[in-house]
Amino acid sequence: MSSLPLLSLIILVPWAGALLLAFLGKASAAAAHGLALLFSFSTLALGLVALAGFDPAVTGPQFSESHTWIRALNVRYHLGLDGMSLLLVLLTGLVSPAALLAAWKNDRDPALFGALFLLLQGAALGVFLALDFFPWFLFWELSLVPAYFLIRLWGGPGGTAAAYQFVVYTIGGSAFMLLGFAALFGTAGTMDFGELAALAAKGEIARLLPGIAGTAVFVGVLLGLAVKVPLFPFHSWLPATYAEAPAGATMFLTGIMSKMGVYGFLRILWPIFPDHLHAAAPCLIWLALGGVVFGAWAAMRQTDIKRMMAYSSVNHLAYCLLALFAVSYATGRDGLTGEAAGAALAGTLLQMFNHGLSAAALFFALGVIEERAGGKRGIANFGGVRTAAPVFAGLCGVALFSSLGLPGLNGFVGEFLIFRGAWGLHPVATSVATLGLLGTALFLLTFWQRVFHGPARGAGIGFADVTGRERLVLALLAALMLLFGVLPGLLTKLFNPLVTAWAGHLTLP
Amino acid sequence: MITAEQLWLIPLLPLLAAGLGALTPRRGLAVASGAAIAGLVGSFIVSCLALRTALAHPAEHAAYNFTWFALGDGAVRLGWLLDPLTAFMCVMVTFVGSLIFIFSLGYMKEDPNAARFFCFLSLFAAAMLGILISNSLLSLFVSWELVGLASYLLIGFWFHKPEAAAAAKKAFITTRIGDLGFLLGLVWLYDATGTLLLFDNGAGALEAPALGGMAAQVAMFGLPVTTGIGLLLFCGAVGKSGQFPLHVWLPDAMEGPTPVSALIHAATMVAAGVFLIARIYPLMAADLVMEAAPIHALTVVAFIGAITALMGAVIAVAQNDIKRILAFSTVSQLGYMMLAIGVGSWTAAIFHLLTHAFFKALLFLGAGSVIHAAHHEQDIRRLGGLKGHMKATFGTFAIGMMALAGVPFVFSGFWSKEAILHAAHEWDVSHLPLYAGLCAVVLTAFYMTRLMAETFFGKARTEEASHAHENSAVMTVPLVLLAICSILLGFLGTPAHPWLQSQLLGAEVEAHGIFEGAGLMILSIVLVGGGIGLGWFIYGRNLRAMATDKDPLERASPGLIAFLGKRLMFDELYAATAGRLNTFGAAFSDFMDRQVWGGLVNFTGRFGLFSGWFSRDTDEGGLNGGFDAGSAGLRGSGKFYSRRQSGDAHGYLRTVALGFVVLVIAVMLGGGW
Repeated sequence: MSSLPLLSLIILVPWAGALLLAFLGKASAAAAHGLALLFSFSTLALGLVALAGFDPAVTGPQFSESHTWIRALNVRYHLGLDGMSLLLVLLTGLVSPAALLAAWKNDRDPALFGALFLLLQGAALGVFLALDFFPWFLFWELSLVPAYFLIRLWGGPGGTAAAYQFVVYTIGGSAFMLLGFAALFGTAGTMDFGELAALAAKGEIARLLPGIAGTAVFVGVLLGLAVKVPLFPFHSWLPATYAEAPAGATMFLTGIMSKMGVYGFLRILWPIFPDHLHAAAPCLIWLALGGVVFGAWAAMRQTDIKRMMAYSSVNHLAYCLLALFAVSYATGRDGLTGEAAGAALAGTLLQMFNHGLSAAALFFALGVIEERAGGKRGIANFGGVRTAAPVFAGLCGVALFSSLGLPGLNGFVGEFLIFRGAWGLHPVATSVATLGLLGTALFLLTFWQRVFHGPARGAGIGFADVTGRERLVLALLAALMLLFGVLPGLLTKLFNPLVTAWAGHLTLP
Repeated sequence: MITAEQLWLIPLLPLLAAGLGALTPRRGLAVASGAAIAGLVGSFIVSCLALRTALAHPAEHAAYNFTWFALGDGAVRLGWLLDPLTAFMCVMVTFVGSLIFIFSLGYMKEDPNAARFFCFLSLFAAAMLGILISNSLLSLFVSWELVGLASYLLIGFWFHKPEAAAAAKKAFITTRIGDLGFLLGLVWLYDATGTLLLFDNGAGALEAPALGGMAAQVAMFGLPVTTGIGLLLFCGAVGKSGQFPLHVWLPDAMEGPTPVSALIHAATMVAAGVFLIARIYPLMAADLVMEAAPIHALTVVAFIGAITALMGAVIAVAQNDIKRILAFSTVSQLGYMMLAIGVGSWTAAIFHLLTHAFFKALLFLGAGSVIHAAHHEQDIRRLGGLKGHMKATFGTFAIGMMALAGVPFVFSGFWSKEAILHAAHEWDVSHLPLYAGLCAVVLTAFYMTRLMAETFFGKARTEEASHAHENSAVMTVPLVLLAICSILLGFLGTPAHPWLQSQLLGAEVEAHGIFEGAGLMILSIVLVGGGIGLGWFIYGRNLRAMATDKDPLERASPGLIAFLGKRLMFDELYAATAGRLNTFGAAFSDFMDRQVWGGLVNFTGRFGLFSGWFSRDTDEGGLNGGFDAGSAGLRGSGKFYSRRQSGDAHGYLRTVALGFVVLVIAVMLGGGW
């Protein structure tokens, strides 16, 4: 086992698949779809191999690979996997094949679609596994290229504009992050996340980058991550992008790419800039709340079902950030307990995973609706779908109730832990955040009522029920939602020691 | 013998039935309904065994706790609890539930989706029983929300009807407003005590060490922590139990099939809020020792209950839909129960909860029998004269009506309502709840007399009513059984022999003469008599001849009756305030997104474009277009693609991708430069 570079394989196998598909050129659609799916499944398979050899009690990186890459710049090709990475690798392994299955009917150059998708998948995995800024940032930026073309070439009528805004905005944010890390490297001489965090814990980063310089670097990194998640109000690229992208790409964007941002917050910003984050937290908490509340409200106003669900992602990811900011805010203050911080952070990780599953399932369902309606996405174009397609409605309903945090399904556990933790750390913000829960229920049920209930209308007339492929994907995702809702311990045991260690390092009052 | 450890069997059986029902095809009504009824009857048997265990040691709170998942150095734990409160409630829910399931066989037999109906009913029963056996507020909350889901599915069972779909959503959202308070109370309690288990060998949240620890803390404005937590948890109960001001969903919920109204919106789910507050009574009462506290949690409970009791009864007077009258009567009776807890007698509340479950289920099923017979006519003005056609329904309905009105000595509602009024009389904080309760006694007797007179007496006033005939035994036998219980149950808790109260409390409650507090009892008997008499005087003496005749009260005071008929305009009030605020918030958020946040980004993009143009030497491709969607720079790439067939563009891209991957892999494998 130790001889096999497992983590490199996790990243490179999808890329090898991309390569193969690129060589393949104009192969039959079936072969292209099948190959892409096969290579996409490698992540789940290798992720399970990693799971089998993973020791949750070890809080540092496991399966580490470290090679000197660019000696002059002290750049290392450093990969490692801890509980958080493993969780996200497994999530990628689940969401990616589902996303490819959403694009199964696509007959416009499926080989290229598959190649770009696998390229994207590998890059995202690289982000979750790289522990040195240089390769990490390469993966981070590399993910944009295939994403751009997926949206641009297979997206809806506004796909070009949306893809453009998405990519340029995200690169704009990343540019600040790159500058920040250049400055950090210039003073600290390393870009390894672990080494930087260790320096930060000793107060060295603050000494090397005092005053305004440190703040500028922090803000740069923050901007790059904030655009990616996105943190309110850097989210204006998101609704159009999610709405115009093809269903498969949107599933990946919301299921995986949005997690890259949250992951960055937890892996980079918080460990390396704990004091800056603590200082900015009183302000950032309100931005996260802005995402929670305004995200839900804005969703209510949308008439395009995909735009509406896109806002739901803004809302759900804001809970993750709210919990992290509350922990950072409370560091060293009254009210901080290890239990509360641990619960909030565990909730963040769970919410990342659970949102990935539910949002992917919902966008899959919206893709089905869009396809049946010949590209129509207006909420007013539908009615009575449940009468015509009861099985589809039932499976879609599971994802919907998971998204609004119904206990018994997966979404609840993460949100409960976030609220449980955040209450002790920042009761006011936690109380305000409940408005988001109410808003989510309101717009999701309104969507459900208009599209699925009532007399059959518009594209709801004669709406065909699920095909075998759709039933498979939705039923599997629904089963996972139920499984992780009833037995969240299957997930929490992967990262509980890690989170406990994080919480243990906090300065208690 | 059933111990706390095996208590999970009680919800499990209906849950399995629900699972089976979900997997049966739509035609499999026999399988789905058979499984549902068998599952719940099985639960009933287990519940009876559990009751036997509990009554052997009524003072004991037998708990079985286990780890749900590890968190930090500890764990999130759940548990089951067996004591007389749990056991009595389980027996009631499974017994009434079974009868309602059986009744549904007849009521729903023509519905094409009836198999699904029984699946949802079983899901509901499982979740409801989950609430009852929980020893952890977390598993209670989980079940609580699942009950909400089942209620949503059942209210909206005829979802092709827009009113049913809207009512289902309204019920879910309104109760969720309360549940947000519940959630915050939950996390606060968790943070303050480190546990959500109620009983845990001295370490539970309801046990002395935790309560003592919290009682000493003050949250804000001099409010004890337990008051804050208690009131937040009470928010959940207000939503679920249809208390003022969140009662608005309950009457609309009558859009669901009538057995659903009987099961969920009369006998069980709406009682869950009362059960919750009774269950956490030690927490609710913990602040009573703090004399200086600005307000006590139970005082709020008492006043909310009193307002609800009176308000529900007042509105019921002016309703014309048989189910809505019963719905508002439920609101009013739930108010009585809350009032009882608030004034310190949770045992009286549970006594009334149990008797009410039987006679209100009876009344709803009776109404269902009428509606089924009269081809879905629900307006009492358009019924009439059913006494002769439907003897069994009439007889049992009359028993239910007298139990609800509190006709003395024979009927159960009399005894349980007496217990509440007696407790309210003893309350030393204020007598206002007692007066509200007494007013509601008259009104209850009055509107139920009106309902009886209009529905069953006189002549049939429409085609539908004249063709009504008695339903089959599958529907009438449950009515008869419920009617028998509506009489007998009262004798479990008379003042002379308060057996039920003693068992619930786990301590001997002092027995009094049957005429203990005779003055109050006589007053209430007079009030009941007055209400029935007045009702008969106005509606019974001159029976309505035509469906379109004006109501006598409406003739006397059209404005008031119209106002009451519109349910005191609560819906209009909420639409004008919270509804508007919400619409405004949504419009504001959307505007900010499109114009301000999006606008700033576009402005930045344009600015970049402008400076690029200005300095000229900037690479045209690098900045093209800024961030704006339709910006000019895109034309470059647009032209680039338009010059080629799309296949060629893809081929080009493929080459790029290929080269790119080769390059990266080569660099990675190659190691150091």
